[in-house]
Amino acid sequence: MNIQTTNRLTTAESALLDAYNAQIGDLPGDGAVLSVRDRLLDELKTGGLPTRRIESWHYTDLRALLRAVPAVQPAPSLSAVKPLVSGASVLTLRQGAADAATAPEGVTVRRYADSLVDGTAAEGLREASADDAIGRINGSFVRDGLVLEIADGAELAAPLEIQSLHGAGQVHTRFPVRFGAGSKATVIERHRGEGDEAALVSSISALTLGDGAEVTWIVLQEQGAADTHLGQIRVELGADAKLRLFVVNAGGKLVRQELRITVSGEGSELTLRGVNLLGGDTHTDVTLVLDHNVPHTNSTEIIRNVIFDRARGVFQGMIRVAQAAQKTDAKMACNTLLLSDDADFSVKPELEIFADDVLCGHGATVADIDRNHMYYMMTRGVPEKTARAMLVYAFVAQIVEELEEESLVEALEGIISAWLDRHA
Amino acid sequence: MLEIKNLHAKIADTDTEIIRGLNLTVKPGEIAAIMGPNGSGKSTLSYILSGREDYEVTEGDILYNGESILELDPAERASKGIFLAFQYPVEIPGVATMQFLKVAMNEQRKARGEEELKTPDFMRLVKEASAKLQINPDMLKRPLNVGFSGGEKKRAEILQMALLEPKLCILDETDSGLDIDALKIVADGVNALKSPDRAVVVITHYQRLLDYIVPDTVHVLYKGQIIRSGDKSLALELEANGYADIIGEAA
Repeated sequence: MNIQTTNRLTTAESALLDAYNAQIGDLPGDGAVLSVRDRLLDELKTGGLPTRRIESWHYTDLRALLRAVPAVQPAPSLSAVKPLVSGASVLTLRQGAADAATAPEGVTVRRYADSLVDGTAAEGLREASADDAIGRINGSFVRDGLVLEIADGAELAAPLEIQSLHGAGQVHTRFPVRFGAGSKATVIERHRGEGDEAALVSSISALTLGDGAEVTWIVLQEQGAADTHLGQIRVELGADAKLRLFVVNAGGKLVRQELRITVSGEGSELTLRGVNLLGGDTHTDVTLVLDHNVPHTNSTEIIRNVIFDRARGVFQGMIRVAQAAQKTDAKMACNTLLLSDDADFSVKPELEIFADDVLCGHGATVADIDRNHMYYMMTRGVPEKTARAMLVYAFVAQIVEELEEESLVEALEGIISAWLDRHA
Repeated sequence: MLEIKNLHAKIADTDTEIIRGLNLTVKPGEIAAIMGPNGSGKSTLSYILSGREDYEVTEGDILYNGESILELDPAERASKGIFLAFQYPVEIPGVATMQFLKVAMNEQRKARGEEELKTPDFMRLVKEASAKLQINPDMLKRPLNVGFSGGEKKRAEILQMALLEPKLCILDETDSGLDIDALKIVADGVNALKSPDRAVVVITHYQRLLDYIVPDTVHVLYKGQIIRSGDKSLALELEANGYADIIGEAA
């Protein structure tokens, strides 16, 4: 057999290499950082963007889907948006560069750019795994972000909102965040693209929860209609730590949100909730890799998807329970409301269990609006269109209501309603 | 108010005919009871009157205030004043009961060209109506019918009816699953709505409900037809002798 390996680069791959070369000498970093960058880029160059032949990218063939990469562009004028919850402390980034910020009590804030320059970022800059294309892209290009430390025992009075605002071009950000032991905080990570021209965004948040920390982390992705968003949330949970991780996708043309979660402290608890609002000609992928490594930990994962038009969605949920992780209780569900014949959603739940005394389960449903619900509502005089909208909204709002804090629930419900009004 | 003329209907996309030449007239102010054994078509009739898609009318007509309603969808029929209290009210997770009541009331108002209710007025109406039906306000904070007991669901149906003030009320086996106290509360709720311009069609299996909601006319439905009509004494006769005699006569 004659195998020809043509190493031809795609347009997007060439553009990434060109962008890197154009920024040599300009990307921040000490020697250690720059050598990690060079290696990551080199791997990107030889390996290329991942294709469907890489298992974790099977439903999102990035090489085929990422047609072009916009050139690096200076920030347009971007004004900060109203925070999701009034009274929140806002940390703003424009076109990937952090504004000078004052930290609320109990929090220290540093620009990530500074940690690149002094080399403290080098260790965390490495890829998380062999298939970590987002880690490679972000590690090669990242210029700024925020390094946050929440002090041991600190209880933040108001939510912290990270606003990453941008226009067309490229945005690569990092947010390493350490929550001290016993701290309590709510953080909103918000990505927002302005304008109709494409942006390529990569962003990695690396959260470490100390023992007993209680954290609500909300990722709100509201990218522009032409944008590519490559997001990654890395999490390490300490003993008795509680994390509620909410991921809301309400924008973007090509979106991949990777959640790489390691449960390494006994008695810890993860609540993952995802809402994907998908419409138009878009592709959105949420990929979870969750490792339960120690005994007595709980996790629940619920993903709710609403799909219109010709949108495509993917949820891959891998839960691995190590042999030592007895008494793990993990439950995963993915429910999809398919509202168009041309839309599709792929679900791939995977459980790899090496312990023998665990409770693990997963379920997936795909359905249209329940006709009995429609009929019942209409017999009360609610017109078909209104009834349908109420039912679609209810399907995802149920997930948001679990957040309980009224101001947060109302704000997210407002975003969901506004999205549905535009698409339904 | 309601005239059903030689109605034939089948389950959509099948040949299963359930209503086979049904005739019935209900006048304003009248309380009409429809009784019949299992499988006679009672619930199907209520679904067809409300406009459920799963049934297809193949012959005949349904006139409401002199106009055919066959081409109207359930919401249009509702805004014209037709209300069906379900035998099995549907649980709708995620839709808050209060919000649903408000949307339903306002959509009906809009359809009739009336002004929408202001929130304080709406709250007052709900509070008054639910107190009369001994509905716990906490119940209204839950999603629609979710986690309601059988009796709570039936009361919630009557609450909706009281708030929407329909002209033609159809009660489908509203007595099923109710204990005697709950039955009285529900019956009081229905009786409170009695008025010269409103008609009530009570579909029931047993005469028990008719002790509390006293009918003007009683109709026996069997195999998709009304085989006998009479006054309330007919209900007592059925209670005493069962359906066998009447069915035997009709056959």
